[in-house]
Formats: sequence, C-alpha cells, structure tokens
Amino acid sequence: MSTLLEVSGVSVSFDGFRAINNLSIQIAEPELRAVIGPNGAGKTTFMDIITGKTRPDEGRVLWGEKSVSLLSLSESQIARQGIGRKFQKPTVFEAQSVRENLRMSLKNPRGPFDVLLARGKPDDETRIDEIAAEIGLTEALGRRAGELSHGQKQWLEVGMLLAQDPRLLLVDEPAAGMTPAEREHTTDLLKRAAQTRAVVVVEHDMEFVRRLNCKVTVLHEGSVLAEGSLDHVTKNKDVIDVYLGR
Amino acid sequence: MATTDMAGPGFRPAPDRRPFILRNPSVMYFLAALAVFTLGVTLLSEATGVGFLSTSFVKTLGKTLCLCLVAVAMDVVWGYCGILSLGHMAFFGIGGYAIGMWLMYARTEIIVAESLAASVIPPTPDEVRDAIGSQIFGVVGASEFPWVWGFASSLPLQLLMVVAVPGLLALVFGWLAFRTRVAGVYLSILTQAMTLALALYLFQNDSGLRGNNGLSGLQNIPGYGETSQDVISIAFFWASALALALGYVLFAWVVSGKMGSVVRGIRDNEARVRFLGYHVESYKLFIFTLTAVVAGIAGALYYPQAGIINPAELAPIASIYLAVWVAVGGRGRLYGAVIGAAFVSLLSSWFTGGGAPAINLGFYRIQWTDWWLILLGLSFVGVTLFAPKGIGGLFDLIAERRTPDRTGDYGPNDGAWRKEEGREE
Ligand SMILES: Nc1ncnc2c1ncn2[C@@H]1O[C@H](COP(=O)(O)OP(=O)(O)OP(=O)(O)O)[C@@H](O)[C@H]1O
Ligand SMILES: [Mg+2]
Repeated sequence: MSTLLEVSGVSVSFDGFRAINNLSIQIAEPELRAVIGPNGAGKTTFMDIITGKTRPDEGRVLWGEKSVSLLSLSESQIARQGIGRKFQKPTVFEAQSVRENLRMSLKNPRGPFDVLLARGKPDDETRIDEIAAEIGLTEALGRRAGELSHGQKQWLEVGMLLAQDPRLLLVDEPAAGMTPAEREHTTDLLKRAAQTRAVVVVEHDMEFVRRLNCKVTVLHEGSVLAEGSLDHVTKNKDVIDVYLGR
Repeated sequence: MATTDMAGPGFRPAPDRRPFILRNPSVMYFLAALAVFTLGVTLLSEATGVGFLSTSFVKTLGKTLCLCLVAVAMDVVWGYCGILSLGHMAFFGIGGYAIGMWLMYARTEIIVAESLAASVIPPTPDEVRDAIGSQIFGVVGASEFPWVWGFASSLPLQLLMVVAVPGLLALVFGWLAFRTRVAGVYLSILTQAMTLALALYLFQNDSGLRGNNGLSGLQNIPGYGETSQDVISIAFFWASALALALGYVLFAWVVSGKMGSVVRGIRDNEARVRFLGYHVESYKLFIFTLTAVVAGIAGALYYPQAGIINPAELAPIASIYLAVWVAVGGRGRLYGAVIGAAFVSLLSSWFTGGGAPAINLGFYRIQWTDWWLILLGLSFVGVTLFAPKGIGGLFDLIAERRTPDRTGDYGPNDGAWRKEEGREE
C-alpha cells in the first residue's frame, strides 16, 4: 500500500467564502475511503480540486509515484493520469445510447486521430458487454441514456467510470435514487473495484457507508474533522455535535 | 440491419464488416437521390439532354449543390460539434478567390498572348507579365502583381491554396479561440468579426485582389475558350455533385462511430467529455479546420459557375444565412442541411429573381424582391420556436411510423409488436 494521492494544506474561497480550509487528505493504492459530512462541507469541491475543475488558492495536490502536481494539469490530462469521476448529479450523454456512452469511456488513446481511425475493436465491444452486465444494463445497451431512470443513469455513470479503468475513482453520492437492493449491489461493486485501485466515495447514507466497511473521513466546513473507522468517528464528540447529533 | 431475433441478455450482433456506406442507410439513400437528380438534370440540360433546362438554370442548380456542401460542413461544426461558427462563408469565399485568381490570370495570359502575337519582335516574359498585370489591375489603377498573386500562374499551386488558405486560417483562428475556451455567443461574435475583417480587407484596392471589383469572368475556363457555356455548365454541375457526394460521405464517416460520439458529447456537455480524458480543444480545432477546408472547396466550385466574386460575398450576413439554412433544414442531420440549403437558396433566387408573382392587396402591392427577406426571417423564427428539428424532422415522423416500438419486456420476440401481442383480446 503506497500513497497515490496527497492533498495537503489546500484552501479554496468562493467570493470570500472558504469552502475548503487547509484540507489535507492522503489516499493509498489500493484503498477504499468514504468521505462524509453535512451539506456544504466541501465534499464535492474536494473532488473538483482533484479533477482540475476548481483551482485551489493554496496548497498542494500530488499524484502517483513521481509526485506529479495535479494543479498544473488540465482536466483532460488529469483524467488521462488515471483519475475517473462520477458526478453527484448523474451526468451521462443523454442523446446517445448506453453503448455509445460506455464506448466513449473505454480506456483507449484519446487523440482525435486515434479516435477517428481506430474503429470498432472487437475487444472493446466484449468489454462493453461485460461492464453492461456488471451494472445491469445489458438490456438497455441500445437505448438512449436519456430514457433511463435516475438510478439507471447512476449505474451507467458508474459503468463509465469502470470502463475508464482508472487508478483513482472519485464517486460522488452513487446511491442516490437507488433501491435498497441496488445500493447493496453498488457497495459490492465499489468494494471489488477497491481491491486493485483507490476508490473515494462520498455518501450521506450511513447504512451505505457502514456496508463499505472502510476508513472514513469526516469533512466539516472544508477541513477534516475526524478520520478512522466508522465506529471510531461516530464516537467522536465533534462529529456528533456537527453532524450526527442533528 | 442485423436481425434482432433471439436477443437475450448478453446478445450482441456480430461486428458489421460491410463497407461504411452500406452500414448507413441514410447515406445510401442520399447518394441514390443525388445520383437520380444528377442524371435527371443531365438528361434535361442543353448540352447533354433534351434542352428543357436552360444553361443558366443548370448553373443555378450546380451552385446550389455547392451551397449544400458548405451547409453540410456547417451542420457538422454547428449541429454536431455545437460550435455556432458565423464565419464559414469566409472560407467559402477564400476558396472562390483562390481559384478565381488562376482563372483570371490564365485567361488574361491567353488574351495577352494573342494580342502580342501580332507584334514583330516576340515579347519577353517580363513584357507578357506586365501586360497581364495592367489588364487585371487596371481597374484599381495598378499594374504590379501583388505578392498574393505569386502562385496565380500555376493551377496546381492555386488549387492547393483553395484548401491551404482556409485550412490555415481556420487552424490559427480556432487555435487562438478554443485554447482560451471562448465558446457560445462570444465565439459566434468572434467568427463574425473574422469574416467582417476579411471582407473589409478585400474591399481595399491595395489588398491586391482588385478591391470591390472582385474577380470576374470566372465562367470562362482557360483552354476551353471554344467550348460553349452549356457544356461547361454541365461539367461544373457534375463536379459539384461529385464534391457534394464525397463531402457527404466524408462527414457522415467523421460523425459516425466513436468520433461522432465524442463530437456530439462536446456539443451536449463539453466539461463531461474533458473529465473522460478527451482534449476537447483538439477535437473542436479538428472539426473547425476540416469543415473550413471543405467550405473552401465548395467555394472553388461555386464561383466559376457564378462568374464573379467580390468582397461582398464574404460579408457577415452570408455566414448568418448559412446558419439559417441549416436551422431550417434541421441541424444535427446531414441531409437536413442539404434540404435546408437547397430549399431556402432556390426559393430565395425564385423570390428575388422576380419569379414569384407580386401580390396585390388593393392598398399595397407585395413585391417579393423586397419582402422575401422578411418572410425568410419570420420563417426562421417560426422554425426555431415551433419546429426546432427543421424540415428534416419530418423524416422522423415517417421513421417512427414504420418501426415498431421495441421497448418494454412484453412478448416472446424482440422484433415483434410486443405490446400488441401481450394484450389479451
Ligand atoms: N462554484 C462555486 N461558487 C460558489 N460557491 C460554491 C461553488 N462550489 C461550491 N460552493 C460552495 O462551497 C460549499 C461547499 O460545497 P460542496 O458542493 O463542496 O458541498 P458538499 O459537501 O458536496 O455538499 P452536498 O452534501 O450538499 O453535496 C457550499 O457552501 C457551496 O455553496
Ligand atoms: Mg456534494
């Protein structure tokens, strides 16, 4: 287990409001990590910083064996480093079929000419079928993603994440809109993915987090309030005050 | 299409190895329709047929095909990639200028050679060049060849300019604009500024392209002085049809498969495409430049049929019309662009050419030459508000009626009218 991602001393302000305040988190590879915290704690913003969507005012974000600074890379470069993201509000390409969504996500060369000239490798289609089976969308492969239910879109986005075969998966509230059975399946999926990679899951649902059975980081007002096993953090007085007690 | 029988979980049709065109019925239908149209015009023209269509009408049709080609390019850049470029007619015009320079030079060269042939002392190459220069630039009070005419004596080089100049301009402009993530309305305005600047530059006499006189006599093809215009017109009509066919297939290929997915993804949510690891700017630049090159080729075929090109052709409004055609035809589908361009431009020449009878309201006479633009503007607003899919959207109605609803979990057979089967009578 070695450190894959190191976020240290990061702060972000939006119009003077400090959304992230001197935040430091380390993620190992492989690792499964749950991030919890009340609304507005900065969980999504934390992911925005790692993926290059938001530039922090100060601090460092280092990646991989060579400790590359992610802050100097663009969004697409960061993604190509092996960081995949599932958004809080499911964002799939609604006008395109489930198969097309997955095909676009598959780990393959990303340049325009690579994409234009390298067409329809049979392996790719096999891989798409495997992923579709895993996320339960085999029947829906030919359907437009826009026709899917909220839960199915969540699945599709998880599938797109798996298709990218990233080293680090950032998963923002994957279980929203899912039935209890689907939630259970999601936990299995994430746990399996975390055997070989780093997976960071943001979730509000405590039952979900409990099933993940992993190290938990509690965020509050943009910094880490507590870190450890779920039992450990839920006993923490501060955590009870700001989050669980309400 | 592969049969959808026996589609169970995990079923996947075998990879389709047929050629690209056969796999895409809409491309095939389009090519068939274009072939039938070309054949029909050929049989009705003066040079190769019964002479039912006048030479000038054949030219109009040939020009229309070129407009269809640039509209297809516009559809790819706007309808598929989401870049509302309001400058693509500038590339079209540059293509026209590039070929026009050779046409004017080579024809003037022949005329000068003829007139100097009578002189006792054979003229030196310099004298010939000076004579050509004063012939071409006399109208702007100059006789020196400006540097931009450096390649004008060579057809291959000038043909290269047809693609190279629009391509390079698009590449540089696009690189500057996309790199700084200029998008949406700001990008549209920037493209308008580009075409306006270009037109204003060309209007100047010292731009070296004869200012507001533009280039003329382009319908006379050097070396074919003896050939009559009816033959030339049908030859250009064929060339335009071929170019449209090739361009259509090229773009249909580009917007199919994974490339098409990425490009449409950029249109719908470019940030999401970035987070998948695609460098969105390179894709935009690729599409912008490729469509600009095709626009240049379309222009190079158009202006020999029009006979004249001047800076007004590059005016910002021309590019706006292009967007209107694509919107009216239905963006996001290539045949929609063709329909829009053909329909609106032919209708426009009918109205403005005095073809449409004036309507007498008693108190007021509607002259279509004045009112056509207002009608066009109103129909554009109408299409945008009430039929965003444009004329091409009508094809969806046909398609929807033909294919049964294959969704849902009813019935034994995936291709059947499942809901009907499941219903108990
Ligand atoms: N682009 C932005 N501009 C201004 N304020 C922002 C921006 N992004 C986030 N914020 C603010 O930063 C704070 C943290 O937001 P963030 O979305 O990270 O919270 P969260 O922990 O993901 O909450 P939730 O559980 O509701 O998803 C919020 O107060 C939010 O309003
Ligand atoms: Mg959030």
